Amino acid sequence: MTEILQLVLVGLVVGSIIGLGAMGLTLVYGVFKFANFAHADLMTLAMYLAFFVYVDIGLVGGHIGPFSFGWGMIAAVLFAWAGVAAVSVGADRFVFRRLRARQTGLLNLEIAALGIAIALQAVVQAIWGSAPLRYHHEIHEAWTFAGGLKLKSDQLLFIVLMPVLALGLYVLLHRTRLGTAMRATADNAPLAEASGIDTERVRMATWVIAAALTAVAGVMFALQSQLRFDAGFEFLLLPMFAAVILGGIGNPWGALVGGLIVGVSQEVSTEWINTGFKPAVPFVLLIAMLIVRPRGLFGSSIGGSS
Amino acid sequence: MSALLEVDAVRAGYGSVMIVHDVSLRLERGELVTIIGPNGAGKSTLLKAIFGLLPVSEGQVRLEGNEVTDEMPSRIVRLGVSFVPQTENVFPSLTIRENLAMGGYQRSGDVDDRIAEVLGLFPELAERPGARASHLSGGQRQALAIARALMLDPKVLLLDEPTAALSPVRRGEIFDRLQAVREGGVALLMVEQNAREALAISDRAYLLVDGRNAHEQAGPEMLANPEVGRMFLGLDSADGEDGA
Repeated sequence: MTEILQLVLVGLVVGSIIGLGAMGLTLVYGVFKFANFAHADLMTLAMYLAFFVYVDIGLVGGHIGPFSFGWGMIAAVLFAWAGVAAVSVGADRFVFRRLRARQTGLLNLEIAALGIAIALQAVVQAIWGSAPLRYHHEIHEAWTFAGGLKLKSDQLLFIVLMPVLALGLYVLLHRTRLGTAMRATADNAPLAEASGIDTERVRMATWVIAAALTAVAGVMFALQSQLRFDAGFEFLLLPMFAAVILGGIGNPWGALVGGLIVGVSQEVSTEWINTGFKPAVPFVLLIAMLIVRPRGLFGSSIGGSS
Repeated sequence: MSALLEVDAVRAGYGSVMIVHDVSLRLERGELVTIIGPNGAGKSTLLKAIFGLLPVSEGQVRLEGNEVTDEMPSRIVRLGVSFVPQTENVFPSLTIRENLAMGGYQRSGDVDDRIAEVLGLFPELAERPGARASHLSGGQRQALAIARALMLDPKVLLLDEPTAALSPVRRGEIFDRLQAVREGGVALLMVEQNAREALAISDRAYLLVDGRNAHEQAGPEMLANPEVGRMFLGLDSADGEDGA
């Protein structure tokens, strides 16, 4: 029983990372109406941009309480956010917006996103190489809780950070003028424009907000495991899409819950199946959900339900 | 003095397919003008071209004497023209209040005051401002669409079939609201399939046929015009459907 609970706990950690990444992915889908296949590689880019500040420049700073990283990690995450936001906005301005204006169709947008994903991966590999990297090499001891359950302080932080960021996104979407304009644009972009909403500005804001979630999730992933140039494609893309589809495409809260379901089921499955088959679990969940309930658990609306 | 809105020999359509070939009309301050015509006459296309949603290939659109041909909708809204599309004219996942706030997105500061004013015109919406638009009836949704378009206090309101698919009772309610809006000083240019009811309350009306002006007359007079009645209003059969 303890083993299962331990796997659930680790699953919650992994699910928090997947859920945060999926929230950014589904937010972009909600507003732009296309699945951004480059999202996982933007997470990879975020990991490495943080690495640039934290390790390459060496801005570590003193340790923050019990965590494995120093104060410099905050600057590293902010830098990663700015970098991912710049790349996202640039990709939109030079690629996606042009395709939208030409009304070339969904398939072309998806292929363009895939192209950007491959380009991002190549750039990361060219700069930082193929060998896995870490933000630090010290051994970080786990805390032991009741029942012998173990969790590292970083992991506990991830589990706490996820609902905090989700609440922040909720407040943004439901309690601010910009957030309401984002939901309006997601609902009906031509009407939003006809109402005088600057929809291009709203779209740019969506990229920037999604970039924040991407940056945090990317750095969390790297702290939890390691930096790999192919992490996006190998470990993140499919679980995030599974989370998005499970929760209802375009629904950030659904993506969050979907992420937790994917994370926990992936980890718990290793109790019965070989760890090597773990990546297949989100794929099975994704197909099952598409067959049984294609609109997802919570419906597809950026506001929370359909 | 120039008319509030002038459309001068406009030609417009979708890509290379021209629907509107040569249409001119004018809208004076405080007027309610209806455009009628058979299906495919170019009525909705004309409204979209005026609002900048479709390109104008020839002719001019002028607002208070200033040319606004092919301006972006966001700029036309700023200049005082609002548009109510026939369908998909509300934000379904937003509440009534949020829909109105988005209608007033370009207002600075006094959005809540304006929402209260607009809700005063639409009491059925004022009863539950927190209700999602997707949960509203067809009539309430049309009322919300018109209310949203009024949020910027427009000089001109363009309406594309505001009573389409509504019951006679709901149609009557919407026409009553539109008259109240006109009495508030807003000029209305309306495309309407329920031509008899629309003409009865219109100051003037234009009949379009095949993308061209076919007839212009005061609303009630056009309603009484036997030729227009026989050809487009189905008045030769006492209880016939509107055929505008």
